[in-house]
Amino acid sequence: MKRIISVLMENAPGALSRIVGVFSQRGYNVDSLCVAPTDDPSLSRLTITTHGDNKVIEQITKQVNKLIDVLKVVDLTENAHVERELMLVKVATRTETMRAEVKRNTDIFRARIVDVNASNYTIEITGTTDKLDAFATTINQCAEIIESSRTGVCGLARGERALRP
Amino acid sequence: MKMMSGAAMVVEALKDVGVTHVFGYPGGAVLDIYDALFAQDEVKHVLVRHEQAAAHMADGYARSTGKTGTVLVTSGPGATNTITGIATAYMDSIPMVVLSGQVPSMHIGEDAFQETDMVGCSRPIVKHSFLVKRAVDIPEAIAKAFYIANTGRPGPVVVDLPKDIVNVQEEHPYSFPQDVSMRSYNPTEKGHAKQIKKAVQSLTTAKRPVLYVGGGAIASDASAIVTELAERLNAPVTCTLMGLGAISGTHEQFVGMLGMHGTLEANKCMHNADCILALGARFDDRVTNNVDKFCPHADIIHVDIDPASISKTVNAHIPVVGSVDKVAQQLLSALDKHDLSEQRTRISPWWEQVNQWRSRQCLNYAASEESIKPQAVIQSLYKHTGGEAFISSDVGQHQMFAALYYPYKKPRQWINSGGLGTMGFGLPAAMGVQFAHPEAVSVVVTGDGSIQMNIQELSTCLQYNLPVKIISLNNRALGMVRQWQDMNYKGRYSHSYMDSMPDFVKLAEAYGHVGIKVEHPDELDEAMKRCFSYTDRLVFMDIAVDQNEHVYPMQIKHGAMDDMRLSKTERT
Repeated sequence: MKRIISVLMENAPGALSRIVGVFSQRGYNVDSLCVAPTDDPSLSRLTITTHGDNKVIEQITKQVNKLIDVLKVVDLTENAHVERELMLVKVATRTETMRAEVKRNTDIFRARIVDVNASNYTIEITGTTDKLDAFATTINQCAEIIESSRTGVCGLARGERALRP
Repeated sequence: MKMMSGAAMVVEALKDVGVTHVFGYPGGAVLDIYDALFAQDEVKHVLVRHEQAAAHMADGYARSTGKTGTVLVTSGPGATNTITGIATAYMDSIPMVVLSGQVPSMHIGEDAFQETDMVGCSRPIVKHSFLVKRAVDIPEAIAKAFYIANTGRPGPVVVDLPKDIVNVQEEHPYSFPQDVSMRSYNPTEKGHAKQIKKAVQSLTTAKRPVLYVGGGAIASDASAIVTELAERLNAPVTCTLMGLGAISGTHEQFVGMLGMHGTLEANKCMHNADCILALGARFDDRVTNNVDKFCPHADIIHVDIDPASISKTVNAHIPVVGSVDKVAQQLLSALDKHDLSEQRTRISPWWEQVNQWRSRQCLNYAASEESIKPQAVIQSLYKHTGGEAFISSDVGQHQMFAALYYPYKKPRQWINSGGLGTMGFGLPAAMGVQFAHPEAVSVVVTGDGSIQMNIQELSTCLQYNLPVKIISLNNRALGMVRQWQDMNYKGRYSHSYMDSMPDFVKLAEAYGHVGIKVEHPDELDEAMKRCFSYTDRLVFMDIAVDQNEHVYPMQIKHGAMDDMRLSKTERT
């Protein structure tokens, strides 16, 4: 089952490599990884999507929590949460029909065209992983994808719960 | 505020932490630090012959005292040579700080001479590490390193020091932090009250309780309180390889070591128990055998300071996060409110059963008049040291014999590489013990394979007049490998024998020590006596033991805890 693990850690050199190291040395899966400093620049928030049974996920959260640089770890998927991922996708739009079709699908998915060239569009889309996957499939049917880049999932718990030091 | 160079800060900070001994080896990147060491005599530096041995010495020092062991090495090969020593300490949760030199900051990443990414290399085998970037940060980094190494679940910490920041030419203000606190690191020491209550409930209603005591009891200096708890509960106690000595090996409730080479009674107790109180043990695969068949009737109470150790391999019914000493104290206080007299009656059939298992005397072996039995050597060693010596061990058959046939009376008396199983650990560890306890008898039990993995330290022993006693069980083979080849590979001894053994007596003498060769059973007692009569000399006892001896009891692979071979022909 897919899980979203959110980690609050010191924004210190080497902290990221230690977390990634735990995953590789203990044989856990990393499906996506998203990391950046928080509103407090001394802290970073890292969101990792992974999969495994309950025992594996429990070990992942414990082993990550054990790292000296880590303040808090939470499995967002245990409770109601908001998750978002951003994708940029560059598509070849060689004909008028293709351009129209890409534009139409972009509107349907509430995505945005952020760069326009004679032969291609670059589209920005935000949403859940499933939505991004669906958009990529749709676009692939009406135009050729030149390249794409995804941020990986980031997320927050809904309601009062929060990950704070 | 005192002004000093980065190098002087390193030494000053070590003094402020209370370091007495640093085990190390100089080189280009740490020459400035060595120069600062030269100017003082508060921190004693021990010059080893190989950096791996420096780490093992610091480890032996730490295991025998509870204090943090300290290592100082240069960059590149100096640093990488400590890796096995760091991994050994990590697996056994031993507090250690390794100070490694690094190339100057501006050359990091350029593949400079003797450059290695030490923080990267050591990352999976350290509790934490620091790459110090400014001289003024040195005191804080060292203070934090020692704090982290010896709090919570102890472990090794690496402090990587680029050459430019320890430069003796530049001076900076020195200030050592009075207190170390870190918002991201606060180990839980006390057990949760609700969990303590549940544990007491289970322990006081159990019919077949057992205490399963591991290295955590030693690390938290909980020996006395664990013994008190065991006596209060009147339960049988078994110790892991790392926990030996947590309760005296001669205590009447002690049923011996458990696990792969555990005693029959210890493994039987575990398998048949209805309540297991695990104190600072981690349900290692060398204990549990097949986890699917592990102790099917037991309520498992698992006390450990590391939450990640709980329910990692075996599911705990009552997890208690906390240090063994604090939790054992909490359990005792909670038990004060219980009348345990009824419990004593309830578990008396259990003791009858336990004593019946004991009567099998699983450690008996066939004595011989032709060849020296390794078990007999350990028994003789016990006799001639009055059971009081520090025994360090290498890894292999001799390690198991030393664990089984020498009842350890005190914690920190038995020193061995349990988790990593590092051959070459024994001699340097025994040296670290001797540095920490100059007046004590420090023995290493080793074999002809293991001793040759760090034999160069005989030279260090000469330099510092270390009267370590080396008891080498020489069977002209890698005994444990050979045992497995006997059992699983139809006696095909692929590379487990040694064809060109050195003359160990001459070798010891070449290093300026005493060598004694023992070849017949009737010489053993006298030779052992002679060995310990040299109180101020290192003695190398090269004892020819029976090559065909196996370590028994031994768990049968894929079986339950108590599925065991008791000899070459008998099984449970």
